Amino acid sequence: MTSLSTPRRLAASRDETQAGALLWLLLALLVLAVLLPLAAILGQAMLAADGSFAGLAPLRDTLAQPGLARAAGGSLQVALATTALVLPLAYGYAAALTRVALPGRGLFRLLALLPLLAPSLLPGISLVYLFGHQGLLKSWFADGSIYGFAGIVLGEAFYTFPHALMILLTALAVGDARLYEAARTLGAGPLRRFATITLPATRYGLVSAAMVVFTLVVTDFGVAKVIGGQYPVLAVEAYKQVIGQQNFPRGAVIGLLLLLPALLSFAVDRWLQRRQGTQVSARAQPLQPLRQPLVRLLALLYCSAVGGALLVLLGTAIAAAFIQQWPYQLGFTLQHFDFDLVDGGGWLAFANSLKLALYTALAGTVLVFLGAWGSSKLRTAGTAGQLLHALAMLPMAVPGLVLGLGYIFFFNHAANPLHGLYGTLAILVLCSVAHFYTTAHMTARTALAQLDGDFEPVAASLKVPLWRTLWRVTLPTCLPAVLDIARYFFVSAMTTVSAVIFLYTPDTVLAAVAVLNMDDAGDTAAAAAMATLIVASSGAACLLFALLSHWLLARSQRWRHPL
Amino acid sequence: MKLDPTTLLHKAPPADGAATRPYLTLAGISKRFGQQQVLSQLDLTIGKGEFVCLLGPSGCGKTTLLRQIAGLDVPDSGQIVMDGRDITLLPPAQRDYGIVFQSYALFPNLTVADNIAYGLGGARRDKQRRVAELLALIGLDEIAGKYPAQLSGGQQQRVALARALATSPSLLLLDEPLSALDARVREHLRREIRSLQQKLGITTIMVTHDQEEALTMADRVVVMNGGRIEQCATPFTLYREPATRFVASFVGQGNWLAARSRSALHATLGDVSLLLPAPHGTPPGSALTLFVRPEDLVLHPRWPATPDAVLADITKLELLGPIYRVSLHVPAWGAANVVADITHAQLAQLDISLQQRVPVSLNAARLRVFAGEEKQHD
Repeated sequence: MTSLSTPRRLAASRDETQAGALLWLLLALLVLAVLLPLAAILGQAMLAADGSFAGLAPLRDTLAQPGLARAAGGSLQVALATTALVLPLAYGYAAALTRVALPGRGLFRLLALLPLLAPSLLPGISLVYLFGHQGLLKSWFADGSIYGFAGIVLGEAFYTFPHALMILLTALAVGDARLYEAARTLGAGPLRRFATITLPATRYGLVSAAMVVFTLVVTDFGVAKVIGGQYPVLAVEAYKQVIGQQNFPRGAVIGLLLLLPALLSFAVDRWLQRRQGTQVSARAQPLQPLRQPLVRLLALLYCSAVGGALLVLLGTAIAAAFIQQWPYQLGFTLQHFDFDLVDGGGWLAFANSLKLALYTALAGTVLVFLGAWGSSKLRTAGTAGQLLHALAMLPMAVPGLVLGLGYIFFFNHAANPLHGLYGTLAILVLCSVAHFYTTAHMTARTALAQLDGDFEPVAASLKVPLWRTLWRVTLPTCLPAVLDIARYFFVSAMTTVSAVIFLYTPDTVLAAVAVLNMDDAGDTAAAAAMATLIVASSGAACLLFALLSHWLLARSQRWRHPL
Repeated sequence: MKLDPTTLLHKAPPADGAATRPYLTLAGISKRFGQQQVLSQLDLTIGKGEFVCLLGPSGCGKTTLLRQIAGLDVPDSGQIVMDGRDITLLPPAQRDYGIVFQSYALFPNLTVADNIAYGLGGARRDKQRRVAELLALIGLDEIAGKYPAQLSGGQQQRVALARALATSPSLLLLDEPLSALDARVREHLRREIRSLQQKLGITTIMVTHDQEEALTMADRVVVMNGGRIEQCATPFTLYREPATRFVASFVGQGNWLAARSRSALHATLGDVSLLLPAPHGTPPGSALTLFVRPEDLVLHPRWPATPDAVLADITKLELLGPIYRVSLHVPAWGAANVVADITHAQLAQLDISLQQRVPVSLNAARLRVFAGEEKQHD
């Protein structure tokens, strides 16, 4: 006889036990790759310069440094300025793409997303070539004033534009035509309709985009490193403290400061998502894009101007990679790709980056998909599932620079049995998977949530093991999302510089790091050439994934197209 | 177009299904979600080969009960015994049943044949033969190579049924299997599922909120309300002899009349004295509520010989297709408003029009008597 007070549980079948064990294993891996390194930063921030425990004293000391206050102020200013610049630009661009019958809409969308293929160092290099001391248009920014505030803001605008655009595209893509018709019949003009319907409906997207841009700018150091001159920002300061002065506790404190805007934006975003809920009712009528010739012409001109500016920034670095000596000898050459003449790692770095991107895509996709599946589809997921889902959200709030610092403190600690990982490609893969985990996890969860929740119960009633249903049904139906995740991991690992900058060794040097080091050494043309290689391989990967996806869909996804 | 439920009932009440060998026994099943008691102390025995419907309004706990049987959830207390084996805590894969969900949950990337073969093991040839058998059984031989998205709702439903039956389980669970279909397809499939079930002799439990579905398909209907079983009986008994106010008002149409008891077998309804079909067990002078079906009110073309006929005002006449529903105001029954169902032939005989008075009597043998005043359960 079972007592009423003991909560009863169904016995788990063998496959469920296995899946449960796998889920705990994935959770442990995530704790190791995200949580413990972050904890290590906290610990490190409480150490004195000689390594002894000093409580909050180092934090106080570091915060009292005038340099730090200046850097914080600088970061704040560039982040605010970039947000103010990017938000209206991206909003207009997104509106033109979603609300106007724009000729060449797909092309413009692609154009605006191109910056995602490049490391954040690239716009800096382009700006140097355009407006720097030897720039083509140096008269636009007199006396090298591009090095500093103006350069950082322009570079960050390039780097953050696609991120803001993607959010705003989603926000503007849905709308209810009935609201606009009602407003028109009530005599509301275009401005009033915009202010009373469009703007309120997209306000969450706007806030979300603003938070993303702000956070990206504060935590990015690629742009500022190349074009920032003497202008102080936090991210570069952290880099200098750790790499230049080997002052780890101070680096840790700055890392904690960098965590603040990210945590804030993360919290705001979660809050917004909860509030956003059901904005568009199921009965909403789809919007008809505007077709007036004047509106279309204006939208075309606007998108050409903005997209053109992005293209110029991307194209300049690429062009510079093939030009003999900018801007004096404009002949074509491949000599800048002969990396043996310069320091930085050369072709080894490029090969390493390809390897890293490939392994990250493979390992990341498998881990993320299994984790998302286990935490959302497994009857026995329980605590492990909830913890995994919660922990999977964390990397979004951790800037790459901070994660990288955490990895030094955690894995480079002599007492860590995993110390051997330090300096290997494996740790770079682990760090990259952790760094980009959240977006991939969300993509997988969204795809899985669209599947009928009764698949697993039906399969269980037919006595089919979980694994077979995962392999035969769940994975094939989620294939487009899986490919998307792999592509995202590949491109991100290819272009990132922030997390890995602290973790590479001469043997595991990466392409994006090589760009940084070559630029540092004054070999700007070689840096441009390496950046071009990164853009080319990211672009090629995207193309390859698109073709693969197309082919697979045509071959195995016939069921998606009812005849 | 709704059929008169009486015409759908089996002619004679069949033997109580539980009288055959018990196959599934639920004893003292309780389940609570947070503060809400969803199932409380449920007992139910289902015989081998029986078709049982769980019927009730949404939130009555019928789907929750099915989930306990399927092992998708575990009851807080109580025991489930299937074929002599305690399965209360066993995972779904260690029970023995096939299930069809409301959504069908067909695997979209697999063909019909692969969907049906999903739970089958063994050699490829055996699987193919079994799939062919099942396709023939559901009458869909030609669609083996199609994908679920290419099928109509009714076809999808039958494929889901074939998949659930493929492994020859001893129990079939159906969770609102017809609710996503058009009325016509639904009626057709009702008959098809029922005859398939009888052909295979498989013990079946179906959850539904549609009383017509329950009455036409089931050997026995379990009416649930607020996590409890109100009545568990054959469709005939359920309709003719509802055990509670809830069952009376949930299943079919009816009139509620306020009366007063006079003796063990007699009651006063307004100015009329009635002989009740059975002793009601309340003291004389206490309040009673009488329940009578619309078809048990009799309208007479001329004044009848029966002593208890009274005059009624016709207030409304509605055509419901096969029958007419007549709304009446009866001053002699304590100014009650009632409805009566009559056939086209009866109407022709009556030759009535609006605002006319007709003699009306009630079939006292069919009265259900409930103690107290309030008409409905809660």
